[in-house]
Amino acid sequence: MKYIDEYRDSATANKFADAIRNIITRKWAIMEICGGQTHSIVKFGIDELLPESITLVHGPGCPVCVTPVELINKAIEIASKKNVIFCSFGDMLRVPGTQKDLLSVKADGGDIRIVYSPMDAVKIAGNNPNKEVIFFAVGFETTAPANAMAVYQAKKNNIKNFFLLVSHVLVPPAMEAILSSPLNLVQGFLAAGHVCTVMGFNEYIPIAEKYRVPIIVTGFEPVDILQGIYMCIKQLEKGRFQVENQYSRSVRKEGNLQAQELIKEVFKIVPRKWRGVGEIPQSGLGLNDGYRQFDAELKFSLSNITADESPDCIAGLVLQGQKKPNECPAFGTKCTPDFPLGAPMVSSEGACAAYYRYRRFDS
Amino acid sequence: MCLAIPGLIISISGEDPFERMGKVNFGGIAKEVNLAYVPEAKVGDYVIVHVGFAISTLDEEEANKTLEFLRQIEESNDSGPGNELESGEKET
Repeated sequence: MKYIDEYRDSATANKFADAIRNIITRKWAIMEICGGQTHSIVKFGIDELLPESITLVHGPGCPVCVTPVELINKAIEIASKKNVIFCSFGDMLRVPGTQKDLLSVKADGGDIRIVYSPMDAVKIAGNNPNKEVIFFAVGFETTAPANAMAVYQAKKNNIKNFFLLVSHVLVPPAMEAILSSPLNLVQGFLAAGHVCTVMGFNEYIPIAEKYRVPIIVTGFEPVDILQGIYMCIKQLEKGRFQVENQYSRSVRKEGNLQAQELIKEVFKIVPRKWRGVGEIPQSGLGLNDGYRQFDAELKFSLSNITADESPDCIAGLVLQGQKKPNECPAFGTKCTPDFPLGAPMVSSEGACAAYYRYRRFDS
Repeated sequence: MCLAIPGLIISISGEDPFERMGKVNFGGIAKEVNLAYVPEAKVGDYVIVHVGFAISTLDEEEANKTLEFLRQIEESNDSGPGNELESGEKET
């Protein structure tokens, strides 16, 4: 398929790997932000093509993974109610809450539906005026335009039985949280190409300057990632810290202005709790005052639910790049995709799931 | 979750800019996609699609730069295409 096959060509990938080997003189640690990039790296064995002096640190860019347990518990409480249709992307159903997951609520008779797009949930609300229809709106900036449009259309079409349970998170504050940590190892970033497709990359420029780290906006195919790594290493070797755009076929500097306009109309920036990390100020999106009537947390008065993380799950350290998934004592034993302790083992973008699915480890 | 894939627009319908829809072909599978966020997109363009919405129109000229970038690295005698990175934007 055009725009995919040519970026998976092994000869091209190997040439980029050779080029990286030619310019590197010392050890460097680079974080790929997005879980989609982590999966490409592990699935295609990109890290094994690279010289040993490069450490790829897997970032927090998996919205399913960073959704806190208390929000999963809230979802479970809402989905268990009578007269509710609970709509979600499929990944969220198997993320463990404190007692159970959404899939077991479905097995007990809850009306939980996996949808492809938030617009499907709006349609379900329109077709079921006597039910309350909730969409579990998780995601980074990439997904915000779709969720914003769902709420905007519900308001425009006077659909009053549609609600969002919002767990939207933003990339730049998470990068700053990682860079400010005294345990930080990361010297350069591959920024998430689809987040930047929506938001552009102006907001990364002050981060690159403040923390003196190169940031390369990077795509998702093997050749994209290798080119992003090349560009990052080149800057590191020369002592530079600029924002560059590898994924220029999709990302414009200013991003998608139409999408940003609707995000601003529907959402506002709020503090958000990240699973395993804690609350990061100004790191999420919540519904704007003009759209409060669509907020499931207000509708169902859920603000009192809190929860503790599983003591056996080191998801927080994995999500901040401080541990590799296979360094967790529970990896592959107490925690597997069939019986996950934490979200990174469930999600199709989770680092633990990528290691479990594509890697073999000697015991 | 940020998974988004390229597809080819084969037809467009709808007058309301917020409800402009396109039939998009993903390697043989066609799906209806909301084109509200890519007002510039036309039939024959490739768009990046995420959860039912096109979020960008792919730029063919920019797409070719990756391979061009590699050619420059290979041609240059030193460790890369000079001090300037040719592909994409350069900032700060």
